[in-house]
Amino acid sequence: MIQLAFYAFASLSLVGALAVLFTRNVLYAAFFLLLTLLGVAGLFVLASADFLAIAQIMIYVGGVLVLVIFGVMLTHKPEAPNDVNSQQPNRIASLNRAGGWSGWVLAGLVASGLFSALFTLLMRANFALLNQPVGWKSTVNTIGKQLMTEYIVPFEIAGILLLAALVGATYLASPLAKSFRNATR
Amino acid sequence: MQPVDSHLFLIVGAALFSIGLAVVLLKRHAIVVLMGIELMLNGVNVNLVAFSQYDPDRLQGQMLALFVMVVAAAESAVALAIVLQVYRHFRTAQLDELNELKQ
Repeated sequence: MIQLAFYAFASLSLVGALAVLFTRNVLYAAFFLLLTLLGVAGLFVLASADFLAIAQIMIYVGGVLVLVIFGVMLTHKPEAPNDVNSQQPNRIASLNRAGGWSGWVLAGLVASGLFSALFTLLMRANFALLNQPVGWKSTVNTIGKQLMTEYIVPFEIAGILLLAALVGATYLASPLAKSFRNATR
Repeated sequence: MQPVDSHLFLIVGAALFSIGLAVVLLKRHAIVVLMGIELMLNGVNVNLVAFSQYDPDRLQGQMLALFVMVVAAAESAVALAIVLQVYRHFRTAQLDELNELKQ
């Protein structure tokens, strides 16, 4: 049963990721990214990380993905003639003057080469840690204690980082930023 | 509760990372490239969580995954703001067409 749930969530996330890779529509890519993030949240639950699964759903699906969809809609240009093929393969620096296919071939070679290398490495590796028995218990208590004791400095730094990122993003995205910069100079 | 074999988690993480790398290399739209970066970060998080279930007392992997999520949220907020300003300036978000520093 658990195996079945694992395969379901793993295939959900992998299919979503492949659909992000192969779709041509930016908005569809955002929605397929939603599938991937939900599948990864399910994988977190199966790896006994319940707090991280909830955090994944709240931060990624609730925050990052909404932000991405706002970005897609704000940078959409329906009247442009090149918007139809906006998801054509990327041209990788002077290798791809002729057409789009060599970009696909090159990226496919790099990505599948990396994956096959990692796959053979993981198949050959024998982690001593992975032979231990594992129990399932809720991690919320442990994460709370760790955040307030061992990881208190990174926790506070993360808070300051979020504050600075939000202020900076608000300033960068505001239409006043450009005229304000010009006025102060 | 019978846990899943952890090698499968590691393989899924490797696959997510590779697909994210392919998205970053292939796509031309700046926001889709950001989505590829999010995919790569998720693959890394799956790896960290898969190892962290054997460390239930300190949960170092899960703590690192939590901070990775925080940094990813901050990164995507700032990056989307920059993409928005680039779009206002050049009227496009295709990375191949952004070939000059000043217009």
